Amino acid sequence: MNNEMRELYQQMILSHNKNPKNFRVIEDPSHYAEGHNPLCGDNLDVYLQIDDDNIILDISFQGSGCAISKSAASMMTEVLKGKTVEQAEELFDQYHDLVTGKLNPDKDSHELGKLTIFSGIWEYPARVKCASLSWHTTKAALNNEDVCSTE
Amino acid sequence: MFRRQNLPGKRKIMDQQLIRADFPILMKEIHEKPLVYLDNAATTLKPTCVADRVAQHYLLEASNIHRGVHKLSEEATVEYENAREAVRSFINAEETAEVIFTSGTTESINLVVSTYGQSFKAGDEILITEMEHHSNIVPWQMICEQTGAVLKVIPMDDSGELIYEEFEKLLTEKTKFLSVVYISNALGTINPIKKMIDAAHEFNVPVLVDVAQAIAHTPIDVKELDCEFMAFSGHKMFGPTGVGVLYGKKEYLEKLPPWKGGGDMILSVTFEKTIYNQLPARLEAGTPNIAGVIGLGEAIDYIKRVGWQTIEEIESELLAYGTEKLSAIDGLRIIGTAGKKAGVISFYMDDVHPHDIGTLVDQDGIAIRTGHHCAQPVMKHFNIPATARASFSIYNTREDFDRLAETLIKIKEMFA
Repeated sequence: MNNEMRELYQQMILSHNKNPKNFRVIEDPSHYAEGHNPLCGDNLDVYLQIDDDNIILDISFQGSGCAISKSAASMMTEVLKGKTVEQAEELFDQYHDLVTGKLNPDKDSHELGKLTIFSGIWEYPARVKCASLSWHTTKAALNNEDVCSTE
Repeated sequence: MFRRQNLPGKRKIMDQQLIRADFPILMKEIHEKPLVYLDNAATTLKPTCVADRVAQHYLLEASNIHRGVHKLSEEATVEYENAREAVRSFINAEETAEVIFTSGTTESINLVVSTYGQSFKAGDEILITEMEHHSNIVPWQMICEQTGAVLKVIPMDDSGELIYEEFEKLLTEKTKFLSVVYISNALGTINPIKKMIDAAHEFNVPVLVDVAQAIAHTPIDVKELDCEFMAFSGHKMFGPTGVGVLYGKKEYLEKLPPWKGGGDMILSVTFEKTIYNQLPARLEAGTPNIAGVIGLGEAIDYIKRVGWQTIEEIESELLAYGTEKLSAIDGLRIIGTAGKKAGVISFYMDDVHPHDIGTLVDQDGIAIRTGHHCAQPVMKHFNIPATARASFSIYNTREDFDRLAETLIKIKEMFA
């Protein structure tokens, strides 16, 4: 296997895949959406608890998926917890640009932090949806849409 | 110490080297590794002769068929109709009027559903199986919704074999159609199609057989099978994409109402009345995929040149070898372990999602399919989201499976 691949499947991704964070159901969430990736049949549900000040008090996910989609969801929940909805939306845009190759993490300004680990994914077009399913699902939940598809 | 002899007999090696030389894409490198193509159930590679034949049509014969009185059009018409005869003889149909060219298996099935299916009434039952491709599920669901007919599903067991007794129970006076896959694209199961057709006929139930996955792997004789309809695609038998066949018994095709309206399917048109053409033209409206059909004819000649004996020898040996090689990997489970299988080894690895497998083996130059293979009910049966699938053809070798197994072991270690 070549180095590029090792770069994509680096330790942080493999470890989040094995032990995903916030991999649970939130009872009575304020926001919720189901995400579907028709390409692979993966389902990913996102649960959010948002207070009156628009702060994400809690966020979790459930579902099946590949290492890329599971680790992306896991890291997303870590990053979004405690953020405001506005900050989450700003991060969504930056992350979307990152995984589609429009944002260069070394040159452009961003607040993505460790999420830049997904910067190489745009070279694997079939896998971009894996990295973005959880984010699209969160966005759908924030927009009060129950179902989201990456198609 | 001597290396273990993994190689088949000398004659076969010779044959296979010659076969591999017919597929220039096999010389290609992917990620700086020689290509191992194990995605033949999705589409087969194309031999030089097929690509050349298509090019020859466009470069030297291009013209429309069944229309012009000029020489080129006449020649193209002859070539197109020669391909129809090649298909007829390949599947042993009674006459060429029983061979309808379509865009592929999906369109062939949709043609039958949207014409024959118009006769369904509320309460009629349509039988399919749990292992159908979506293309043999969704069209039937659509016509059931329109007509009130009911879709009944023949279940399979955990080896991926149909539960024949359940089929016998589902087959009743209410049954109006049976549509069944010959070889499962997701599992490799070979269904007891002849027995099922005979059983259906006891109840006067017509049968459509989806042979998309079988057509390049085993000889098919429609007279022997006695099915009413049969569907397959060119691109899964070394032919071009965008071309396929619907075979139908003449007495059934003749009863079908017109499908697509347009040119070529008519004898005369006035604003008051249109008189439809004879078969097969009546079901082939518009300018067809002429180059594709001619290329399909060439693909059939190619299969005949290689010969069924060689094809079956190579593939049955690969199935045994590949199954043994992959089964030996700890934590790898083969999905689909029917007694009779062909061409496909679907598998699942503990702790590694099939899509990760797909991306990672690609890095080693190996093309496999990962996902639900357009057979989501099959995935549901086995309670998995997807599988990785290695599907092989006449140009695949034991070495291909050695390389796949080697890479899978590396992936397993990576995810440990």
